[in-house]
Amino acid sequence: MAILDVRDLNKSFGGLQAVKDVGFRVTAGSIKALIGPNGAGKTTLFNLISGVLSPDSGTILFGEMPVQGMKPHQIAEKGIARTFQHIRLFPKMTAIENIMIGRHTHSRAGFISGMLSLPGTWKEESRIRNRSREIMEFLGISSLAESESTSLAYGQQRIVELGRALACEPKLLLLDEPAAGLNMKETAEMADLITKVRDLGITVLLVEHDMSLVMNISDEVIVLSYGEKIADDVPLAIQKNAEVIRVYLGEADA
Amino acid sequence: MTRNRHLQVFLLIAVIIATQLATMLTDTQHYLTQLTMSGYYALVIIGLCLLIGYAGQISLGHAGFFAIGGYTSAFLTTYDLSPVRDKAFIVLLSRMGLLVSTEDLYGGQVLHLHPWAAFLIAIICTIIIAYAVGGPVLKLKGHYLAMATLGFGTIVYKVVLGTEGLGAADGISDVPGFTLLPGSEVSGKLSQRITNYYIAWGLVIFGMVLLLNLVHSRVGRALRSIHGAEDAANAMGINTGRYKLNMFVISAVFAAIGGVFLTHYNGGIGPSEASIMKSVRYVAIVAVGGMANLWGALVMGSVLNFLSLRGYFGSYDDAVFGVILIIIMLFTPEGLLRRDLFSDIREVFGTGKDRGERA
Repeated sequence: MAILDVRDLNKSFGGLQAVKDVGFRVTAGSIKALIGPNGAGKTTLFNLISGVLSPDSGTILFGEMPVQGMKPHQIAEKGIARTFQHIRLFPKMTAIENIMIGRHTHSRAGFISGMLSLPGTWKEESRIRNRSREIMEFLGISSLAESESTSLAYGQQRIVELGRALACEPKLLLLDEPAAGLNMKETAEMADLITKVRDLGITVLLVEHDMSLVMNISDEVIVLSYGEKIADDVPLAIQKNAEVIRVYLGEADA
Repeated sequence: MTRNRHLQVFLLIAVIIATQLATMLTDTQHYLTQLTMSGYYALVIIGLCLLIGYAGQISLGHAGFFAIGGYTSAFLTTYDLSPVRDKAFIVLLSRMGLLVSTEDLYGGQVLHLHPWAAFLIAIICTIIIAYAVGGPVLKLKGHYLAMATLGFGTIVYKVVLGTEGLGAADGISDVPGFTLLPGSEVSGKLSQRITNYYIAWGLVIFGMVLLLNLVHSRVGRALRSIHGAEDAANAMGINTGRYKLNMFVISAVFAAIGGVFLTHYNGGIGPSEASIMKSVRYVAIVAVGGMANLWGALVMGSVLNFLSLRGYFGSYDDAVFGVILIIIMLFTPEGLLRRDLFSDIREVFGTGKDRGERA
């Protein structure tokens, strides 16, 4: 069953068509990777799915529901969480506070009950904190809880950002270059974490340049070039696809 | 953390009582007048502190909201309704007990709205205007937001200055006292001086408790996240537009409450309360206090306003606040009252190379 069904998506910026008639499906419970040369439209596609941009035409069905053109916060509420290519943690907040923000859509306290500090808000706060601790434990970063997020090592920041997205308890997780800036050991750890997340039943769609990561963990791979989809298949077939080798993987790497 | 917060509030209460006792013992009770007024200005400042420091949205128009509160209340409690006393609506208001009848200087009967009703209307007006202005304006960021709120402040100033019915350049005077409970009214009467000091600072305590609670709540966390990385906050499901707007309105209401009470306390209000320099002053004080530091804003707000009201800055009053703002922005954009102040001073007098980055 497809949890995400993208059909005939188009988006252009002025004269540049960044995404051209792109359509694909993501099977529930799988890991799907989106690869392609720089400027192929991967991040644009991510921004369209997460609501940062709205498409010129086409539909995005999440579950059975069309979500194209919705605002980012509405899409997050529907169950799509994301990370960013350039880490966007909240500065001056501890790692656990960052993850607690991820619980936003699963909690309610508003301005009035917050100002009056009603007893209901205390219970909710401790639920938010406990759930965030569980997530940090799951990712193996409990010891970082009280450190200021932006003072952490780069690789740790990536994991905190992953934790923040997981705290949303998404059905679909969008990871924008989760291994960017990580060394080989960290990349391998990230790959393990992503598979662990998939094993929780969360569908993962990721953009990534690190081919070892992509080919090792993905169930399916889509290749974009100049805004168009040129391949959509299992990793082994992608590695053998002549067109993909020509535009992206390169003869020597293949 | 919660216990720490309670301790701070108790400390505030102790300082407020100690200050009053000190003025009694040293026979400087006349200071209470300026201390009371500083309390009302402090209300504006703590609300603005939350907007600027936590939600990260600047406003150079909060004197406008202060004036909207003050002027609405002043107008409604001084406008004589006796010529239209037979109109059905006025009779209805009278039946509901919302009107008070007093004698004017010449012994004539004057009929006007009860201060409580005027207060409620002033707050409702503020909320409506704040939503109407904040809605479009808060879509802007940084300098553009500053300019737009400055524009709003200018409009309010020019309107109160140019409207005959609001006393034009003279403002509105002879505003009656605001009886909160029998025997205690907000007014400048000498017999009520100590009562008024405690009314003002009681409101400040109440406001601080509300805002401190908010800072440490789910909403406070969301506001800080908007300040830090708005796009990421949005992606986490936070309706950032609505949060910014609500915070803007709450800070406007704090300013308006300060305006209403100070107007009754002073017995009047003039256009200078709506002037741009007032707005700049509020922002300067929030900046000195340490932006995201409610206690810093409260301390600096009380001290600087008190000094200003006592006339220590002489005719350079506005210039002093302008200079303060410039110095803070240049040397310590995160404010004066914060923990790592001393390392920063060393940095400024040392190499001071990455100063710009912190801004």
